[in-house]
Amino acid sequence: MSNHLKQAVREFVETSFLFREGRDGLGDDESLLGAGLIDSTGILELVSYLESEFGIVVNDEEIVPENLDSIGLITAYVARKQSAQPSAQVA
Amino acid sequence: MCGIAGYFGLPVAPEEARALLMRMIETLQHRGPDGNGTYVDGDAGLAHARLSIIDVGGGRQPMCNEDGSVWLSFNGEVFNYVELREELIARGHVFKTRSDTEVIVHLYEERGADCVEALNGDFAFAIWDQRQQRMMLARDRVGVRPLYYARLDRGIAFASEVKALLEVPGIDASLDPIALDQMFTFWFPLAPRTPFKGISELPPGHVMIATRDGVTTRRYWQFSYPDAAEDRPVSEREEARWSEEVREMLLDAVRIRLRADVPVGAYLSGGLDSSITTAAIGKFVPDQLRSFSVAFETPEYDESVFQEEMVAALGLRHSVTYCRDDDIAGTLPELIRHTERPIMRTAPAPMLLLSRLVCENGVKVVMTGEGADEVFAGYDVFKEAKVRRFCAAQPGSRLRPLLLRKLYPYMPRLQGQSQRYLEAFFGSQDALNDPLYSHLPRFRTSAAAKGFFSADLRASIGDYDALADLRDQLPAEFGRWHPLSQAQYLESAFLLPGYILSSQGDRVAMANGVEGRFPFLDHRLIELASRIPPRLKLKGLTEKHILRRSVADMLPEGIAKRTKQPYRAPESRAFLRSRVSATVLDHLSPANLDAAGYFDSKLVGRLVAKCEKLPSTGFRDNLAFVGILSTQVWHETFTKPAQGRRGMSVATSAAEAFRGGASVAQGNA
Repeated sequence: MSNHLKQAVREFVETSFLFREGRDGLGDDESLLGAGLIDSTGILELVSYLESEFGIVVNDEEIVPENLDSIGLITAYVARKQSAQPSAQVA
Repeated sequence: MCGIAGYFGLPVAPEEARALLMRMIETLQHRGPDGNGTYVDGDAGLAHARLSIIDVGGGRQPMCNEDGSVWLSFNGEVFNYVELREELIARGHVFKTRSDTEVIVHLYEERGADCVEALNGDFAFAIWDQRQQRMMLARDRVGVRPLYYARLDRGIAFASEVKALLEVPGIDASLDPIALDQMFTFWFPLAPRTPFKGISELPPGHVMIATRDGVTTRRYWQFSYPDAAEDRPVSEREEARWSEEVREMLLDAVRIRLRADVPVGAYLSGGLDSSITTAAIGKFVPDQLRSFSVAFETPEYDESVFQEEMVAALGLRHSVTYCRDDDIAGTLPELIRHTERPIMRTAPAPMLLLSRLVCENGVKVVMTGEGADEVFAGYDVFKEAKVRRFCAAQPGSRLRPLLLRKLYPYMPRLQGQSQRYLEAFFGSQDALNDPLYSHLPRFRTSAAAKGFFSADLRASIGDYDALADLRDQLPAEFGRWHPLSQAQYLESAFLLPGYILSSQGDRVAMANGVEGRFPFLDHRLIELASRIPPRLKLKGLTEKHILRRSVADMLPEGIAKRTKQPYRAPESRAFLRSRVSATVLDHLSPANLDAAGYFDSKLVGRLVAKCEKLPSTGFRDNLAFVGILSTQVWHETFTKPAQGRRGMSVATSAAEAFRGGASVAQGNA
């Protein structure tokens, strides 16, 4: 489940944030901000993707780098949200 | 307004000289459709394409002095020529014409290359000094008029636009990878560099002297500001005095820019600056003024409501060109042929439509509000830097970063950002003492587009650092200036000539034979404004405060108090949803991308797919999309034909190429 989730997040990040060819892919813990991969539009794209794809609601105060700044952090955050609000998993 | 071209010290066969000059100047017909002229003296040649504005009957060029020892080819206007002419006549000079051109000839006789210091105007010119056997090139202080050159063998060729230089045997179009790196960071190459390898521009405020011993370049003017240490609170009386001085100088700048033997019109964006210049013209010209503007299909960019308010308030005779997304996409090849460089934003495209409208209405000269945002601190980047510094002073504050949202009310996507991400995007990690502090977020966002460079291109760029290069070009006293002055300098000395006045200014106006005049860029007004305390320019977060105050009674209140809305145009969607989208996608096909070799075609494919799929695309993706697309169009316009010619050419050296040059009809002298 977690692997499937991580794979989906990775796929979204890789296709949406268009990281440079020639890298061996993005590490699970690599900072999206640090790598210059995400801008203000990117954050909103990411949030709306997570909400529509995983049936969670991302609260304003949760839009922080601690939750969203790497593939690993995003995966953990989504997993936490899903287990905390199982009823929201209708998608 | 005109086009100029010429050379010095090139091995051109005498019987080929005029033909070469004619080939060069004929590429600049759009700049000067009213007649050509050439002049040849040994290995020096001058050419001129004329747009008649002052002394329509008498201002033929190249023009010489009384004894024919000084010859001039001149593009631009000298607005204080009336006063200069009187002074020169009083000192014994004999004038053959009423033109501003002749003033330069006589001033040069008196002062040599220092003649530029007496000129108030927008100019690029070449003077052949027969006695001293030297060619002088000069460009106006802020870079309104363009001037390019290339060194060849022991000589030099020069012209208003690169396309004329490409007619000179031995000069070919190929991309300078460092220039592309700079454009994908700053939106323009750092002068003297151009996108063309081996072709340079004479930077604004510089003169160049070419003799048989070589070439020297000297700066004669630059933007300069008082030391921040002198900054102190300003009394109401002092503020009132500054306001009065600004008003007087601005009105005088407008007054002398109305000097023309043809009617002067006005661009009207609906914003504060062009409303000011338009209202100011009304103070001097009793006739009904012709005004022109662009309206957009997309409401997000459209300012028609404000334009109509000014039209009603001033009783203007107004014409509008309506810009659809299709127009932006359809005009791109023509646009790039004129800008001669890739563009990172689409904003120059509607300006091309606007000058076409002006031309169709029989008007050759328009006054615009360009320059006010640089000179009086109107751009958002100034406010943004102030807020970022304010945040950095109190790093723990949760509320201060939220001010950043307020800066961009017209950008809906920024409104949903949390404090922590705002901090990250606006660079809370940026060093406050970095001279580029104000512009780092913009440069960072733009430079993200470099991720699309191909491996080959990245290899040829190597470890070049565009930001370090820019830091090295700052004047020694930069560090002593107020942070606002520093940010103003970065806008005024670099973005203004490199992008605003070129791709979005001279090139798109002259494409249709229209001359822009910019009262806010009168150097007397620039020098006055630079002495005004920063707190009167950006007062709190109110931009251009002192300017607003100085002209408050000239404008409707809604306009006078209006917050700046940056001039923008639709980006990637305009291309992908237009009826020419197939052509656009062809420019970005893997085959064409790989043939040019600048970009990674797989990665660009992902970008295109994303722009096609998502209903809204962000600033960063749009910038990359427009930058890549326009670079491809630039390649196909300039370097691909050159590659074709190279393939067919049998000439092995520049000298041989000259001897074998094609013969073209004789030019008129």
